[in-house]
Amino acid sequence: MNGTDTMEAAEHRDGLLAKIAELRHVREFNVLLALLLVGFLISLATPYFLTTNNLMGVFRAFSLTAIMSIGMVMVIITGGIDLSVGSAMGLASLVTALAFEAGFPTGAAIGAGLATGLAFGLTNGLLITAIGLPPFIATLGTLSIGRGLMYMITHGVPVTPDTPEVFSVLGQGYIGPVPVPVVIMLALMTFFAIIMLRTRFGRHVYATGGNEQAARLSGVKVGRVKLTVYVLSSTIASLAGVIGFSRYLSAEPASGFGSELDVIAAAAIGGASLAGGIGSVTGAVIGAALVGVIANGVVLLNINTYAQQAITGGVILIAVSLDVLRNRLSGGGN
Amino acid sequence: MSLFLEMNNISKTFPGVKALDRVDLRLNRGEVHALAGENGAGKSTLMKIMTGVYRADPGGSIIVEGEEVTIHDPVHARSLGISIIYQELAVVNNLTVAENIFLAREPRGPSGLLNTRKMKADARAVLEELEMDIEPGAMVGRLSMGQKQMVEIARAISYDSKLIVMDEPTASLSHHETRTLIRMVKRLASQGIGIVYISHRLDEIFEIADRVTVLRDGATVDTQPIEAMTRDRLVMKMVARELSELFGDHLSYATEEVLMSVRGLSLKRPTMQGARVSDVSFDLRRGEILGFFGLVGAGRTEVMEMIFGSRPYTGEITIDGQRAEIHDPSTAIAHGIGFVTEDRQGQGLVLGMNVRENFSLTHLKDYCSFDFVRRREEKARCIDYIKSLSIKTPGTEQKVMNLSGGNQQKVVIAKWVARRPRILIVDEPTRGIDIGAKAEVHTLLNELAREGLSIIVVSSDLPEILAISDRIIVLKEGRVSGELSRDEATQEVVMHAATG
Repeated sequence: MNGTDTMEAAEHRDGLLAKIAELRHVREFNVLLALLLVGFLISLATPYFLTTNNLMGVFRAFSLTAIMSIGMVMVIITGGIDLSVGSAMGLASLVTALAFEAGFPTGAAIGAGLATGLAFGLTNGLLITAIGLPPFIATLGTLSIGRGLMYMITHGVPVTPDTPEVFSVLGQGYIGPVPVPVVIMLALMTFFAIIMLRTRFGRHVYATGGNEQAARLSGVKVGRVKLTVYVLSSTIASLAGVIGFSRYLSAEPASGFGSELDVIAAAAIGGASLAGGIGSVTGAVIGAALVGVIANGVVLLNINTYAQQAITGGVILIAVSLDVLRNRLSGGGN
Repeated sequence: MSLFLEMNNISKTFPGVKALDRVDLRLNRGEVHALAGENGAGKSTLMKIMTGVYRADPGGSIIVEGEEVTIHDPVHARSLGISIIYQELAVVNNLTVAENIFLAREPRGPSGLLNTRKMKADARAVLEELEMDIEPGAMVGRLSMGQKQMVEIARAISYDSKLIVMDEPTASLSHHETRTLIRMVKRLASQGIGIVYISHRLDEIFEIADRVTVLRDGATVDTQPIEAMTRDRLVMKMVARELSELFGDHLSYATEEVLMSVRGLSLKRPTMQGARVSDVSFDLRRGEILGFFGLVGAGRTEVMEMIFGSRPYTGEITIDGQRAEIHDPSTAIAHGIGFVTEDRQGQGLVLGMNVRENFSLTHLKDYCSFDFVRRREEKARCIDYIKSLSIKTPGTEQKVMNLSGGNQQKVVIAKWVARRPRILIVDEPTRGIDIGAKAEVHTLLNELAREGLSIIVVSSDLPEILAISDRIIVLKEGRVSGELSRDEATQEVVMHAATG
């Protein structure tokens, strides 16, 4: 039984070096390396990149995408997809604005925005679990409904209510040098990373995406798990909407449109597999950061801003290709 | 019989493992050559080298029809006349039989469009030549496992194969289909086609093989004409132990106390494959190992799925005198039922997860406070089970996809046993695993029964059912067609009840 011997040796090899060596196998580690590398290269080209001012601006710029990617990656890990996050975000900012317009106090207005996301998520989740629609179709439908509602409500005109001073803190404030949206992003990332890695719910999310059938037969309530991640995704997106509204104090009829693709890109760059079972919350946030830093680099280096989208697309392809190749080389069994 | 293919001095090294060590194999035309050995003995690796999936280490040679060749890839192997039919059949379910046979070399007309008429006609010609009763236009997804396999054979023949490798061809076939396959193998051999037959079922090897080569730990142990071999000697060569050492005596721990009684269990609607189950009633006693036998399609698995709540049913299930309302797996689990499914990889395991995570998935709550998993405890418990079930794995963090079939099966059993069920249903517990691991699984089930667990064993392997059960229920076409005590049950009586 030399199997058990080597096993025990492995269990007890908890040294620091071994831990560092293990890091190489953690998916996020590679994205983080890429992020640092790109950051380093840009800082060589322009010293302005590494100033606190610029960095905080970059962080704030990608924070909303990053926040939404936290919900998205959980959906993706279950093997699903949520195309409706942009609409949930936009609709939440609109509802918040309308609530202020109707004279709601700050707390209630925020609550109304978040409730919009919750309702959105429940709709997605029930379409997928109770009716059995494929997630792509269900969320494509609600995406479209969300957009339509926004135009119907606004008639194409932005909503700009008077808001109390305190509300602007959410999108415009700072804690020390750090913008509030960035603080919220980091807090959410930490919270959900712990949920995903340390709790039973997190384990069930991974099991559902890894093999739904096996998970169900092991007693995992797969339907409930799915419903929960869609509700989380939409609610988190609506929080991003509320923060976005607080930043500009204007709810645009087209706000959030198209952002689902950035959010999915962040999750994929961060190592999530659209086939399910694989991915991480921190990876998704780092993925959003990578895209954000590149966007900033494009501006700082005076590269044609139209090229930015093309560059982002290239980054997605390179990051995911490297991931796929690395897995193939490390021989995923036979 | 003349020599068709020769493999000399074949070695294959994977990072850290020597999978094959100077193996020799000689295959004749028109010969059924059985390849025997435990899982991990190197059979699959050897066949993958022969069919161009892997390249052998330098130093060996492959000679086909007198000429030394380097086989680049499976397409090249096929052009040399070597085909393989894998256990997991490589057919496309949503294409027709003809489309499958001519996949990737579809006949095209002058316009470049598919010539479906010619494809159908050619397919029909092949099928008729082999006397297979399959329509070229039928959707492959609607065929039975046995028919799908016949489609693969037809495809191999249409390639003009001179050697066909069959890897565990009968693992998922019914008794009847197995007989058809065996007739087909004999027929192909009589036409001069060589067959490499890999099977864990020794009966089949003795029935159809002309010669047998035994591999153990990546090396050739022996090649013998089948007449020169006995069952015991073959097993001893495979495992280097005596058969009687492997399988201990059967001891019964069955009590009189009825733990679960099932009355009038029927499927609400026939399954997609058309299986029906009606009016199945039986009792399960504490500490009993109850065998369920039936041909494929008799409804064995369906009965178990109904009890486990993954299939809608009518009828009554009573556990410990209480009526149990089971409508999904989690209520079944709450009633103390565990289900080791037939399809280990598809239903039993999350392949991308590690041993620990798979192990604890059924009973994660045991290690949770406020939904937070106490990982140290989870890991410690997993290590206990790895030891007590002697699961061969480098550790708790190993992905289950990297374990052998037998060890994967032990992980599935471990995850249920750790949940401490009262009733454990095991469906085809030893399918596709080697004889050593099979013996260990049998011993394990026996020990669990001794601890008072009631076990239902479903198997299409009749000797297994006879060896392990205290009592046997036979199903035929969705109904109970026999109930036999261990003393009454013989191969003939059980088979008669299943087919008669």
